[in-house]
Amino acid sequence: GWKRGSSFLPGIDVTDTKLSTSAFLLLHQARAERFFRSDHTNNWAVLVCTSRFWFNYRHVANTLSVYRSVKRLGIPDSHIVLMLADDMACNHRNPKPATVFSHKNMELNVYGDDVEVDYRGYEVTVENFLRVLTGRLPPSTPRSKRLLSDDHSNILIYLTGHGGNGFLKFQDSEEISNVELADAFEQMWQKRRYNELLFIIDTCQGASMYERFYSPNLMALASSQVGEDSLSHQPDLAIGVHLMDRYTFYLLEFLEDIHPASQANMNDLFKVCPKSQCVSTPGHRTDLFQRDPGSVLITDFFGSVRKVEITMETINLTPHTETALAYVDQLPVAQIIHQKPKQKDWHPPDGFILGLWTLILLVFFRTYGIKHLKHIF
Amino acid sequence: MFQDRMGLLSDPNRRRALTNLLTRLNTPICVLCYLAGVAWFMGLAFEPFTLRTYMSENAMGSTMVEERFPAGERALVTAREFGAHKRKSGAMPVDWLVKTMQSRGLEVYTQSFSRRLPFPDENKERYMVRGTNVYGILRAPRAPRTEALVLSAPCSPDNSNNQAVGLLLGLAQYFRSQIYWAKDIIFLVNEHDLIGMQAWLEAYHHTNITGMDWAPLHGRGGSIQAALSLELSSDVVTSLDLVLEGLNGQLPNLDLANLFYTFCQKQDILCTIQEKLQRSDWDSVSGYSQAVQTMALMVLKQASGRPWGDHGLFLRYHIESATIRGINSFRQYKTDTTTVGRLLEGMFRKLNNLLERLHQSYFFYLLPSLSRFVSIGYYMPAFGFLAVILLLRALDLWVQLGALPSVTEDGVGVTDQSSSPSLVSILTPVVISHLTGAALYTLPVLSQELAVQHFPVSETEAVVLTAIAIYTAGLALPHNTHRFMLAEGTEQGWRVLKLVAVLYLAVLLSCTALINFSLGFILALTLVPVAAFVTPHVPKVLSAVVMVLLAPGCTLLYCVFAFQELQEAPVSLIDGWMLFLSVISQGMLDHALYGSLVYPLLALFIYPCWLILWNILFWK
Repeated sequence: GWKRGSSFLPGIDVTDTKLSTSAFLLLHQARAERFFRSDHTNNWAVLVCTSRFWFNYRHVANTLSVYRSVKRLGIPDSHIVLMLADDMACNHRNPKPATVFSHKNMELNVYGDDVEVDYRGYEVTVENFLRVLTGRLPPSTPRSKRLLSDDHSNILIYLTGHGGNGFLKFQDSEEISNVELADAFEQMWQKRRYNELLFIIDTCQGASMYERFYSPNLMALASSQVGEDSLSHQPDLAIGVHLMDRYTFYLLEFLEDIHPASQANMNDLFKVCPKSQCVSTPGHRTDLFQRDPGSVLITDFFGSVRKVEITMETINLTPHTETALAYVDQLPVAQIIHQKPKQKDWHPPDGFILGLWTLILLVFFRTYGIKHLKHIF
Repeated sequence: MFQDRMGLLSDPNRRRALTNLLTRLNTPICVLCYLAGVAWFMGLAFEPFTLRTYMSENAMGSTMVEERFPAGERALVTAREFGAHKRKSGAMPVDWLVKTMQSRGLEVYTQSFSRRLPFPDENKERYMVRGTNVYGILRAPRAPRTEALVLSAPCSPDNSNNQAVGLLLGLAQYFRSQIYWAKDIIFLVNEHDLIGMQAWLEAYHHTNITGMDWAPLHGRGGSIQAALSLELSSDVVTSLDLVLEGLNGQLPNLDLANLFYTFCQKQDILCTIQEKLQRSDWDSVSGYSQAVQTMALMVLKQASGRPWGDHGLFLRYHIESATIRGINSFRQYKTDTTTVGRLLEGMFRKLNNLLERLHQSYFFYLLPSLSRFVSIGYYMPAFGFLAVILLLRALDLWVQLGALPSVTEDGVGVTDQSSSPSLVSILTPVVISHLTGAALYTLPVLSQELAVQHFPVSETEAVVLTAIAIYTAGLALPHNTHRFMLAEGTEQGWRVLKLVAVLYLAVLLSCTALINFSLGFILALTLVPVAAFVTPHVPKVLSAVVMVLLAPGCTLLYCVFAFQELQEAPVSLIDGWMLFLSVISQGMLDHALYGSLVYPLLALFIYPCWLILWNILFWK
């Protein structure tokens, strides 16, 4: 649970005031209640680009544009784990070295001049990613490569690359499955490594990656449903590659309008890139999330907003007895296992198989004679 | 009841029924298979049976580049300078080229080479060849020197291909100012076209296949990923022709052709293959015949086994390469040098993006037009039908051989002759045929001195005429080999020999078709009927005439005439005969200079096989 009490607000001076009407008290109480909208005290971001090679330029640009937004809204580099599987800015084929553009005609350079990449090149592997999430890193790992979150952290996890139904490809040589990811999040939950977690994925068939989640306080967004491809955007002739993917492009445009005091909530985020713009159908999942998405601010995950209000009045706060926003216990095991029943469609036997078996039977009986049937029946 | 339970093949009654079926139906099935093979081949060019070409390599993607090459006119000025210097010095202007390339910022090196041909080449008028290659390496500004691309232009003795060298130098200057190159680019000007290219490639890869004398290369790029050879002889072009066929019928990866085609469409240049335009009316007779002609030209060029452009020698080293030839014919719409330069710039930019060698698309294909292709899975059944004929014949002979001993046992009296033919009587024709083949392979070149002394002919004519003489002399063999045979041939004897010959031919043609489908198919078209129908019992004179008309030599003659017809330059009989003689000499020269395998294959294997069949015809 979480506490409420005058000791929690060091800036408030508990003294007698002139105004002591109940209306005034209620007003301050409402303001104070609005103040404690969420239970997180720090923000983290894990941004991963999983593909390498020059023609996957757009995945690096995707990740860097989310990095730029997150940093602009206040999350410092020490709280961002940035994993880029390849170096596009210094690639030999980049006609504009030290830049990664997200808009064609080179309008916006998302590489900037203070990018801090924590995991680079071949260090971006499934094992490293899962170790970062679960915290099981060797003691020699530097602090910049660790996710040092606690149970009051809101974590934003952004993945992009090439994916399929139930998996995401890392580095052209391995893949992470949706089951592994769900289990990693469960480990994080059991170790109380997050308060709330927002998971965004921009790959083909991205919705399959959040199908298997079963831990509480997870909200997920994907750029396309199962069976759909996420499309690329922004073809640039001077550089010779696609610069961004559609979903992240429109996500970046949306985030460019968010500032630290913005009151935009998750419902606005779900509306980013409708089918008319994205061609694929973005999806989201909120059933494991305790709060109503309409009350969740964008800056709860994308920014690191510390609200401090100084007031001269005293506010008496009553202890909060309802458990409306209490943590829920883990779902029972039976429910986890049977969370998504596998549908086995019955297919009638293929014509070819039928024909083959008929042929085999015919040859058998032709060779050995019909009268031997009686030995079988 | 006991027989009832026996298997299908071990029951003698059923087996006899099967073999009777085989013997009775053998000839009709063979004829059917032959017609099916020919019909399948002709049907390959029919557009609904072909697939549209597409880019398979992900790294090359679409034509998403911005070409900005500006200096077409300056390239033409350079070309005129090059032509003037070439005329002045009579050979390649090495010093001028070195100076020009250096001024463009390349690392320039030269390589000298020399080669004495086995006999003078009358087509290109050379015998003792001595020359120099000049090449400049544009180092990639930020990349390690592990990979390279090659752009080459030949230095021709007459006034052609000046514009190619000019454009090459113009592109070199433009490429030098770009920073996005991830591979070294080698700009090569080779002298004496294929001989110079062979010397350069051998020195680059530290091999010495053909016994040429070359100086080692002082400068080297990395491993070559792709190469383009440019042939441009006019200031403006009306179309660009793509040449793909290389040494021994090897073809580059289809992605290279797809790349060329997509960029031609982007730059709005007319592009052709086999110098034939693509037609959109595939359902009309003329549209279909155009596609058939294009495909047949490709088949003939591939079967000849010679490299049809300077790119042909790169393929042996697993370097995908093609030749782009500019053609200036009578058309209204002309393309200037700047656009051609932009096309090459776009292609090189896309090749620059490659991470691995081109391998995603097909290596074995036929092109009825530049936008349609037939892959190996679709064209192989055409050859398969022809090979099946040989196997059916072999099976039939085996059955006959199995049936014969029982016939002689039940026959009149007990004969003293052993029922199985002696090994010698079988081996003798085989050995003698192969010795004749070996003579056909070695003697013409070795005996040219002798022939020149005794006859008033030039060396080339001596070689070719000796070859034809040995070939014709082989026809007289059956009358002479019988002197070496100890016993009279038996009915079984020729059957065993024919079985050996048919299986030998089947293996030979199949192996040839795997490597060079066109050569295998063309040889199969004429040799398989011969192998199928020849026996000692067919009418001798008629079959002898038919056999000679379907012999490998005459097949070559027909191919020459067909080639000229398809290129819309038909020749008269006399000219055709002279062309045929020059083709023979070129084949021998290709083998000696570049390692082409068509001449050894024909002389050492196909011709002896045909001689064995000729022996069977005259079996006594």
